[in-house]
Amino acid sequence: MAEAALAELQERVRAAAAARRPLRIRGGGTKDFYGRALAGDVLDTRALAGIVAYEPTELVVTARAGTPLAEIEDALAARGQMLAFEPPHHGIGTTLGGVVAAGFSGPRRASAGAARDFVLGVRIVDGSGEALAFGGRVIKNVAGFDVSRLMCGALGTLGVLTEVSLKCVPRPKVETTRVVECDAGEAIRRVNEWGAKPLPISATCHHAGRLWLRLSGAAAAVQSAAGTIGGSEVDGSAQWDGLRDQAHDFFAAACEGRATLWRLSVSSTAPWSDFGGDMLVEWGGALRWLVPRAPVDAEALRAWAQRHGGHATLFRGPDKSAGAFQPLSPAVLGLHQRLKAVFDPQGVLNRGRLYAEF
Amino acid sequence: MLDPSFTASLAALLPASSLLTATEDTRPYECDGLTLYRELPAAVVLPETEDQVVRILQLCHAARVPVVARGAGTSLSGGSLPVAGGVVLSLAKFRRIVAIDPLTRTAVVEPGVRNLAISDAASAYGLFYAPDPSSQIACSIGGNVAENAGGVHCLKYGLTVHNVRKVRAVLVTGEIVEFGADALDAPGYDLLALVTGSEGLLAVITRITVKLLPKPQLAQVALAAFNDVEKAGAAVGAIIGAGIIPGGLEMMDQPATRAVEQFVHADYPLDAAAVLLVEADGTPEEVAAEMDEIRAVLTASGATEIRVSENEDQRLLYWSGRKAAFPAVGRISPDYYCIDGTIPRGALPRVLAQIETWSHQYGLPCANVFHAGDGNLHPLILFDANKPGDKERTVEFGDRILELCIEVGGTVTGEHGVGIEKIRGMCVQFPPAALERFLGIKRAFDERGLLNPGKGVPTLARCAEFGAMHVHAGALPHPELPRF
Repeated sequence: MAEAALAELQERVRAAAAARRPLRIRGGGTKDFYGRALAGDVLDTRALAGIVAYEPTELVVTARAGTPLAEIEDALAARGQMLAFEPPHHGIGTTLGGVVAAGFSGPRRASAGAARDFVLGVRIVDGSGEALAFGGRVIKNVAGFDVSRLMCGALGTLGVLTEVSLKCVPRPKVETTRVVECDAGEAIRRVNEWGAKPLPISATCHHAGRLWLRLSGAAAAVQSAAGTIGGSEVDGSAQWDGLRDQAHDFFAAACEGRATLWRLSVSSTAPWSDFGGDMLVEWGGALRWLVPRAPVDAEALRAWAQRHGGHATLFRGPDKSAGAFQPLSPAVLGLHQRLKAVFDPQGVLNRGRLYAEF
Repeated sequence: MLDPSFTASLAALLPASSLLTATEDTRPYECDGLTLYRELPAAVVLPETEDQVVRILQLCHAARVPVVARGAGTSLSGGSLPVAGGVVLSLAKFRRIVAIDPLTRTAVVEPGVRNLAISDAASAYGLFYAPDPSSQIACSIGGNVAENAGGVHCLKYGLTVHNVRKVRAVLVTGEIVEFGADALDAPGYDLLALVTGSEGLLAVITRITVKLLPKPQLAQVALAAFNDVEKAGAAVGAIIGAGIIPGGLEMMDQPATRAVEQFVHADYPLDAAAVLLVEADGTPEEVAAEMDEIRAVLTASGATEIRVSENEDQRLLYWSGRKAAFPAVGRISPDYYCIDGTIPRGALPRVLAQIETWSHQYGLPCANVFHAGDGNLHPLILFDANKPGDKERTVEFGDRILELCIEVGGTVTGEHGVGIEKIRGMCVQFPPAALERFLGIKRAFDERGLLNPGKGVPTLARCAEFGAMHVHAGALPHPELPRF
């Protein structure tokens, strides 16, 4: 079944390459909003589904790319484990391949690591239709260039993911959420100071005058950290799931297409700056979401992000004429174009989804 | 030999002390930590500024002269072995810790800074740099990035790739690039991950931003003895299965414990078939709770003896044996050869049994130390390079171990890199189509193939020369036959 689906997928890619006809790779279709304009014939990956191997004591799960993320998370939860990067579900039917291709990570990213940190191996079909395997199912592997991590966040422009192996981790024994009332500048200062101490903070969020902190770990450590942090204890699960999946009220207007959502990824200590709109701060200060009241000057926003060590992404919005992603330096763009030519010489896979040039 | 006009151009841009061409000066650079392979470079350059690196690379690029970047020269895979007729570019003078920011918990360092020096400098802020390869006293951070170095704490704290935020590097054409960011991600492809572990094949790194972590308040180690290697292996799985990720989880077999005991006198149980070291770190409350669980799992797994360190001196003593395993083996044998395969942990009993069989067949003793938590096996083959045939049999024995690692679903290198040493293993592990993509990546960065040529990725022609074959789906034809 999976073999037939793989063969069919390879055949589709080969035919597209021969005809130089672009393909638009699609799993659950929950991320059509992301990146630049969609183009090409839909290449559905959902026939490549199912968990291939999961051995909890090896801390590794391998699944086909079209497997619903929820199915993998359920299998891990049944054995007391999880995906530490807390991948977002931007809708029902999110697939493993989509999450890895987009390189998305949730609230736990600042403490546990990003999607790319947990990718151990991939199988892909590249732009010439060839099935290839990189990395593997072991935690340490330095044989050959790290193509597995290169695929993470490449938005399918270097290959169609067909199978992914991820490192998984035990679920924290205890998790609790505290809320502290303070303004954004104060919140950024505090989370950075706390971050430098051995406290089990697994997620932070500031919005509308409230700083939310999630503590995860051994009961004793969580309890003692709660004392250090102060504030009041609340049930945070809806808050963190809502942030992860952008189901939180903050994102509603942008998700419904009524507003634009900017993602500012910057140094965690970048100063608070009012861009004229609603803002939400995650990841210990390193991730700032902006829903501007009026159209913003994209160039100025990108310059600000770059000055503070990062970049700005037009994450959701009806008008993406400013480009979705921060422009690359000429030398780095050249590397991107040459890498694209290695894996997709005819330029058929998700052409232009990441940058206009490839 | 270098063209005299090329050497003159190098001399024009560097102070006299930064250009070595006389054999007596270049001799110390003829090999790295893997002394089985030696090659004298035509010249060694020791630039002090990024601008000099740019100009050196531009000169080499124009004249098509190969360049091998070198840090502290501690590679165990021949990663910084010179290329005949080529230049060695030493980053030894790039040794500044540029900045430490306790709030963002990052350090900006030059590539020649020693691994341990970063943690020493960060210590004033209660922070440390987590990856701790056993050569951390000597090895440089630039080499760590080039090799994606690991260490005994990487199960919990990750490899180099998980602990580097940003690198600044010079392409062979002299263009300066930055990969990664001061933020937690960067736009476009993850070139930071690609350059980490790229073994000097893609670019020359001139500056690195590493992530620092808060130092755990307390660490405690349990030393457990087992009368059976298989039981010790199962105990490792049981610890992880119980939801515990220890700060360190190491295993040594009897030949290894006996070798180190003579050397460090750590009071290891010598009658044990295998010894496990399991470390818990964190707040005192966390450590106490975790150690109770670890002790319970070890007991249930059949440990014949469990000792838990009662103070920091004792903890360091227990670790001293593991950390000194390589020099200890070096003391009981004229030479030793360290293998670096990774396997799924479940395959450990089979792999160790096979290694023991081969050890008898080849007449070469073998001591095993194992980063058990992450499946990274380091068999140390004991041999005498002065005995005719010993070296060749050792290399053959090592190659067979690596083939076995691939066969059980592992890899030929967990943390030491391919370098020159595992070029043949790469032919076995990867089919030609994958190797072609690696070579394509190499060309995308370095079209003329001048940066560390001959390392990391074999050409298909070299694989054909070796007669090495990719084993499909673990089906090794005639596994009983010696290869290479």
